[in-house]
Amino acid sequence: MDQPLLELRNVSREFKVGGGLGLFSRRIIKAVDAVSFSMPSKPWITALIGESGSGKTTIARMILGLLPPTSGEILYRGRKVSEWIKKNKMEYYREVQPIFQDPYSIYNPFYRVDRVLEIAIKKFKLASSREEARGLIIKAMEDIGLRPEDLLGRYPHQLSGGERQRFMLTRILLIKPRLIVADEPISMIDVSLRAIFLDHLLSFKEKHGISCLYISHDLHTASYLADNIVILCYGRIVEEGPKNHVIEDPLHPYTKLLISSIPIPDPKRRWIDKIDLRSVESLRKFRMEKGCVFSARCPYVMEKCLSETPQLKSISLERKVACHLY
Amino acid sequence: MEPILEVDDLRVYYKSIWGDYKSVDGVSVKAYRNEVLSIAGESGCGKSTLVEGILRLVKPPGYIPTGKVIFEGIDILRVPEEELRRIRWSKLAYVPQGAMNSLNPVIKVEEQMVDAIIDHSGMDKEKAKEVALAMLKEVGLPVEVANMYPHQLSGGMKQRVIIATAIALKPNLVIADEPTTALDVVVQRGILQLLRMLKENYHMTVIMVSHDMAAHAQIADRIAIMYAGKIVEVGLINQVFKEPLHPYTKGLISAIPAIGKKYVKGIPGLAPSPLNWPSGCRFHPRCQHATELCVKVEPSIREVERERFVACHLYG
Repeated sequence: MDQPLLELRNVSREFKVGGGLGLFSRRIIKAVDAVSFSMPSKPWITALIGESGSGKTTIARMILGLLPPTSGEILYRGRKVSEWIKKNKMEYYREVQPIFQDPYSIYNPFYRVDRVLEIAIKKFKLASSREEARGLIIKAMEDIGLRPEDLLGRYPHQLSGGERQRFMLTRILLIKPRLIVADEPISMIDVSLRAIFLDHLLSFKEKHGISCLYISHDLHTASYLADNIVILCYGRIVEEGPKNHVIEDPLHPYTKLLISSIPIPDPKRRWIDKIDLRSVESLRKFRMEKGCVFSARCPYVMEKCLSETPQLKSISLERKVACHLY
Repeated sequence: MEPILEVDDLRVYYKSIWGDYKSVDGVSVKAYRNEVLSIAGESGCGKSTLVEGILRLVKPPGYIPTGKVIFEGIDILRVPEEELRRIRWSKLAYVPQGAMNSLNPVIKVEEQMVDAIIDHSGMDKEKAKEVALAMLKEVGLPVEVANMYPHQLSGGMKQRVIIATAIALKPNLVIADEPTTALDVVVQRGILQLLRMLKENYHMTVIMVSHDMAAHAQIADRIAIMYAGKIVEVGLINQVFKEPLHPYTKGLISAIPAIGKKYVKGIPGLAPSPLNWPSGCRFHPRCQHATELCVKVEPSIREVERERFVACHLYG
């Protein structure tokens, strides 16, 4: 087997919370708990799916070297991310680029939007002259379907959320990294433009060989985009497998609940059964020391689930699940 | 079918130094008794402003140049403030966008609910408390929630507290603005199921405003599609999804990603600005069927078949 592009080995990240007033004694929350998965070296899209508080963004930040893991290691092309950052920072970011949820926050409101692209060109030495840089920018914008004459020279607030996010795609296209870490990239884009954004990510993969870790709460778009899907629940991976298998035949009760909760955009196919509103969420705020993270909401909960944490196990060539039912 | 709410040529503008932002620009729509009516459209199309107009909650620099809103025979835009206050909440409840973040962080859930109930009904405290607890149960929350502070609850639970409070006085009409946005998918399903239940168990009318077409497909009886400050299409939910008429509606439906769907198409171009709507049909710069007529003449909304309204020159 070839060397994976990205590999997480038993990665955990803890945060200390509370303290102060003594309402809670200082406690430790495991935002990410022993997470392992990898992405192959060939152009590939992995969707990392989880609800709010599942640790998705923490994982993204660790891969981007913005936050060190408490334990475990993250390897990019066989080398630790922390090492990349220490020794070859520019080289790392030349290859691994983020797309964030809020495309507004990365622009400096006092500068014209062009600067975001000019800085990228300068930093990564993509062009040797101003003219060449200009040409690259215009070419990249046109490839993304943006009109340079309409957008260049404008200020960030003059662009819509969708335009700003697509402007970020232009930046990606200039840099041509090997891996994009996209954290909820479409949640601020209008519905009618989301499809266009996703198609760009697909064509990056197909035309330019750019892989993507697509982090989202949305299984719809994941099923459209991804090659394989990783399901996170309260900081732990509960299921992993090729897109079609996970969507059509989910194994973990949590994945089943997620998939059955996606509203189907067809009034003829409405939910027939009602879900028990009490099982939707649990009041428990902190994670248990042991046992399955989903046990409080699981309809199939057994005694074993409360005492023993199920490990992620391969149950077929490509599929993994962490559940005592299997 | 008897209308509970009739909106006629409602306009809501915002004054600015560049001119008026015509956020809602001539909307006429009816809601019938005991139905779930959906209002769909993208951000900036005027959905939330429409709701604020209907409830007479528009604040300066916003104003309502023309329009009529009749709720159960009462002219909402013209009744004295005092009477409007009596109607709101007891007869006409509103769940604003992001309402779950407006709970007071230092007051327990029960007290907040009880205060609201007493304030709008004149019930005594004992009775109000009884109602509050019954309502929490109704929305599937454990009774312990009554004694908790908002920060101890998840977003979905807070949203259910808001809905429980909104329906505590059994209003006839509930208007919910983006009630599922920013919630996780399982929680979303719970909230949608709850809104549908208001119609089925209490015979309330529910107006749900959302950008999420799949959510509408799951619970609506009828749907109104809004674009650029206007309603461009209204119809029974099944009809609109099966055979959308307006090119914008077609685009919106084909842009919904769905599991198993291979190709998803978007609508090219950008939403126009309320400061300067395009001439003629406001969708013409993004419409592939646009003709010269569309550039010049604004199509009015017409009933093309029973209960099917569309504003497009393609349909006469």
